[in-house]
Order: sequence, then C-alpha cells, then structure tokens
Amino acid sequence: MSLELFFQNLINGLTLGSLYALIAVGYTMVYGILRLINFAHGEVFMFSTYFAFFGIMIFTLPWYISFIIAIILTSMLGVTIEKVAYRPLRKTPKVYVLISAIGVSFFLQNLGLVLFGGRPRAFPRPEFIRTTMTIAGIRVSAVFIVILIIVIPILIGLLFFLYKTKLGLAMRAASWNYDVSRLMGIDIDRVISLTFIIGSALAAVGGIMWAQRFPEINPIMGLFPGMKAFICAVFGGIGNIGGAMLGGICLGLAEIMLVAFLPGLSGYRDAFAFIMLITILLVKPTGLLGEKTVVKA
Amino acid sequence: MIEKIYNRLFIPIVIIIVGLFLYWGNSNLTGYQIRILNLIGIYIGIALGLNLVNGLTGQFSLGVAGFMAIGAYTTAILTMSPQIKQMVYFIDPLISPLDRIQWGFLPALLMAGLLSGFAALLIGWPAFKFRDDYLAVTTLGFAEILRVIFTNTRSITNGALGLKAIPETTNLAWTWGFAIICVLLMIRLKNSNFGRSIIAIRENEVAAEAMGIPLFYYKNLAHVIAGAMAGVGGGLLGNLITTIDPNMFRFPLTFTVLLMVVIGGMGSITGTVIGATLVASSLEILRRIEEPIHILNLTIPGIPGMRMVIFAGTLVIVILFYRTGIMGEKEFSRKAVWNKLNKIFKQSSPDGGENNAS
Repeated sequence: MSLELFFQNLINGLTLGSLYALIAVGYTMVYGILRLINFAHGEVFMFSTYFAFFGIMIFTLPWYISFIIAIILTSMLGVTIEKVAYRPLRKTPKVYVLISAIGVSFFLQNLGLVLFGGRPRAFPRPEFIRTTMTIAGIRVSAVFIVILIIVIPILIGLLFFLYKTKLGLAMRAASWNYDVSRLMGIDIDRVISLTFIIGSALAAVGGIMWAQRFPEINPIMGLFPGMKAFICAVFGGIGNIGGAMLGGICLGLAEIMLVAFLPGLSGYRDAFAFIMLITILLVKPTGLLGEKTVVKA
Repeated sequence: MIEKIYNRLFIPIVIIIVGLFLYWGNSNLTGYQIRILNLIGIYIGIALGLNLVNGLTGQFSLGVAGFMAIGAYTTAILTMSPQIKQMVYFIDPLISPLDRIQWGFLPALLMAGLLSGFAALLIGWPAFKFRDDYLAVTTLGFAEILRVIFTNTRSITNGALGLKAIPETTNLAWTWGFAIICVLLMIRLKNSNFGRSIIAIRENEVAAEAMGIPLFYYKNLAHVIAGAMAGVGGGLLGNLITTIDPNMFRFPLTFTVLLMVVIGGMGSITGTVIGATLVASSLEILRRIEEPIHILNLTIPGIPGMRMVIFAGTLVIVILFYRTGIMGEKEFSRKAVWNKLNKIFKQSSPDGGENNAS
C-alpha cells in the first residue's frame, strides 16, 4: 500500500471515528447518569437527517439554516423522549425502562418508515462539500476535512464544558452519584434534561455530517451507527466522555483499516464492532478508561 | 386428599381440552386459520423462553431473532434431502458433510435447540460477567451481526438467497406439542429451586448473592434455556413456512416476542400464553390495514409498516400505564379459578392465594 493511500485511509478512518464519537458521547452521558441504554439515540440520529432533508427540500431553506433548525428540533425530540418515556419510570426496576427505551426506538423507526417511506433518499449536499482538495500531495474529498474541522472543536468544547463549568460539574456529580448529588442541591431533572439536549444535539450534528459523508438517508439508518456508537462507549469505558471519544476514533480507524488491508473481509465490516465488544467485555469489561465500580443495593 | 387429586388432574384436563380443540380444528378450520394456530403454538414456546429471562430473571435479552435464525437454518439444512440441497445451493454448493446427511425432524429440532443454546451461552457469558444491562446490547448486536454473517457464508446458508423447498414437516401436533412442553417445563422451573433463585435475582441481586445464589451461573442457565427454546421455535417456523432468508430474522421479530411477554404480564406463564395468542393473531388481523381497503367504489390505500407502529406504540403505552400487563404476576391455576368461583358464590375458602399452578 502506498503512503498516499494509507493517509487517505487514515483521514477516512478519523472522519468516521469522529462521527461515531459524536453519537457515542450521547449514549455515555445518558448511561452515566441514568444507568440506561438509550436505544432511541440511533433513531434521534436518523430523525435529525430527515429534519435537515425536509428543511432543504420542502421548505427550500438554505442549508445552514436548515441544519440549525434540524439540530434544535432534534434536541427537542430527545428531551421529549426523556420526559414522556423515561421520567415516569425512573423509580421502577431497570428492565421496564429498558423496554420503554427499545419501544420508543422501534416506534420512531417505524414511524419514520410510515411517514418518510422505506425508499432511501438522496441527501442534497452543499456544493463545496463535493469538491476534492489536495493537501500536501494527498488528494482528499472536502467532506472529510469539513467533518474533522467541525467535529473536533465540538468534542473539545464539550470536554471544556464538562470540566470547566459549574453545569458540567453538576453533570459529572450526577453521574458519579445520583442520590448524593441531589442532596448537594443539584436539580437533577434539569441536569438530565440538559444531558438529553446536549446528547441529541451532538447526535444531530453527527447525523447531518453522516449525511454529507454517506448522502443517502433511510428510516433504518440509525440502527447500525447507533449500535456501533454504543459499543464505542463501552469500549472506551461507559460513563466516561473522553473514553467514548477514544472508542469512536478507535472503531472508525479499525473499520476503515480492516477493509483497506483485508479487502476479502469487507462483507464482515459491520461484524467487526461486535467482535470488539465481546473482546473488551472479556478482557477489560470496564473499558479502556473506565474505573471499577461496585454495585450497591 | 381430594384437593390433591384435583390439583393433579387440572393440567392434564386443560391439555386434553386444548388437544380436542386442535383435533377438531385440524379437520374443520381453513388452511389459513390452521396456519395462524401453528404460529400461535410456536410463539407461545418462544415467548415463554423470553419470559424466563426478561420476566423471571429480570435481565433484558434482545436476541430472540438471532437464536431463531440459528434454529431455523440448522433444522432446514438437516432435514432437506440431498437432491433438493443440490438444487437450492446452485451458486455455491453446500460444504462437504452437510450436503449428504438428512436427519429426521425431531433430532434436527433437538440439534437446533442445542446449537442456539450454545450460542446463547457464548453471548451471555461476556455480558453477565460485568454489567447485565450489557446483555441487551450483546444480544441485539449478535442478532443483527448474525444476519450479516449468514448473508456472507454462502456455502452454508446460501447467502441472501435463503433456503427454499424446506420440507413442510411442521403441523399442529408439533407446534402445540412444543407449546405444551414449554408450558410444563416453565411450571416445573418456576416452582423449583432454580425458579425461586432467579426470582430472587430479579427482586434484589445483591441480597440474592448474599443468600448464596450463584448469580452468574443462574443468569446464564436461564439465558441458555431461553436461547434453546427460541432455536427450536425457529426450527418449527422454518419448516412451517418452507422458505427462510437472513432478512426474515430481523429486529421486528424480536420485538413481536417482547410485546407478547410484556402484554401478558412479565413473569406470568399464563400471561405469556395469552400475550402470545393475542399478538400472534393480531399480527394477522392487522395485516388488513397495510393493504388497500375497498369500500363501495372508494379505495383507501393501505399503510405499509403501520402494524409495527401500532405494536411499538402499544408496548410503550403498556409499559408506561399498565406495567403489570394482563395477568401481572398471577397464574391461571385450579386454585385461582376455585377461589374466583367461591368469591362469586360468597363462600370464602380457607386457603387463599392465587399464585402458582400446582
């Protein structure tokens, strides 16, 4: 493999990985506070692409306005899901909340199928996304560069928010110990709503960027990215935001490199994340950056 | 004494009534109705397996479709005759030992149960080792990945083309035999040491462990039994509809079974049977809204996919507002019926309690 091809694959992998990271952060934040696998996150991701799509195609908005509206609508969707389907069940055994989550996920997915139709639709991309650039002798599609330029500052900004602001501190406290943080005067409902707003907004950014990278959207597109992003969160250590980002980058790079170096296995590409999940659960179940926790009654 | 004899006779009588109804149905119902009855029987068995994991043990498995796929493919490959196999696998021939052997239906089904139970062990092991809510993701991932794998391993599963011309060996005797065996097995399990232990795990894991219940072992055991039941059910399903392909075993299938368990009341055997019957029949009844309806000269176009929207909405509503489902934790037993009758006739009986079928 030539050096140029290697660098192209590297950028490709980093791009995919940063998208996984964006989605994984939403999973890991919710899991950190509520100990809940938010299955609907993949569908939130899917809806964001459709919001953006309809903004451009039906309301003929310029793409940047459509994207902003899509991000706002997606955040609202995320908060609504939490208020309607998770909050009333907070005091019940965990299995009920999980069933509610999978129910909402499946409901949204099928609602998408009924409302938008099962046929994949071509996502209208802005002109400059489709060009090809040459950087240091390596030809790369602009979409990779744009995604990296947008996503990496967002991830760094999120870390800054979590570790340098009061609200971020409240969030980390809530995920450290739910009950004690309430005793310390943290408004836990507000923190949870904020978690869902941030997580869904990030999923929306991820979704819109995903649509730039793979410009074909359909109502079941949320399933695999959602599942893989959760695996990334587990891989990096669930509840740990930095870990989710690391896990995302790892999986993105690994998937692209696997196909690049072993093209015979490209049919099994989607299976790779799953093998990664089983391996990490067997070898280091807390994930790369996770800490050992003790289950208390 | 009389009480004991009544208790002993209760289950055989119920079985005989079901058997008589099926015997009558086999010759008097239309093919379509018999098909639905077959599906109900299969789903009862599979749903009872899921109930064991989700309802009784309090874990959350989402791998039903995957285990069914393993069972269906195993049974189909083992029961197809070598000539038909040659015809079906026209792109990539089936690998060596499998293309010549042909087993009977029963050993093939047992093999299906064995293999899917083994798969359940492989998937449950890493998940239960750490946090059990990872079981949901490992099983869901497993079911989806299995589809990818089955599409790629053309020399075993015939890839995306699927298998055709599977011998139609499943009939009412097989499906309802399976259902009844599963019900009896569940009654035995629920009232055994194992059953009480897994209920203790559901109620309070830490306390159960303190009482000396081996969590890891019992969770795995429940998951393996459920996997094996789904595998046998999948085998019956494959040989009922005679064609299978990897896309048949997708998430909606798992979801349907989950809905059966939740609607019936998680943890209740009777509830699961009722839930399976309700959901499996409404799966067929609701087919109408997906097809165009003609009223006089007016044609209302059907809405494809609406069934699953209704199912998903139902599940969320049941979980939010009627968490106990139809039966809650209760069971249909002779005592429960007796007590109800007594209450109606104002003769209160001394032995209250409408729990467990005995």
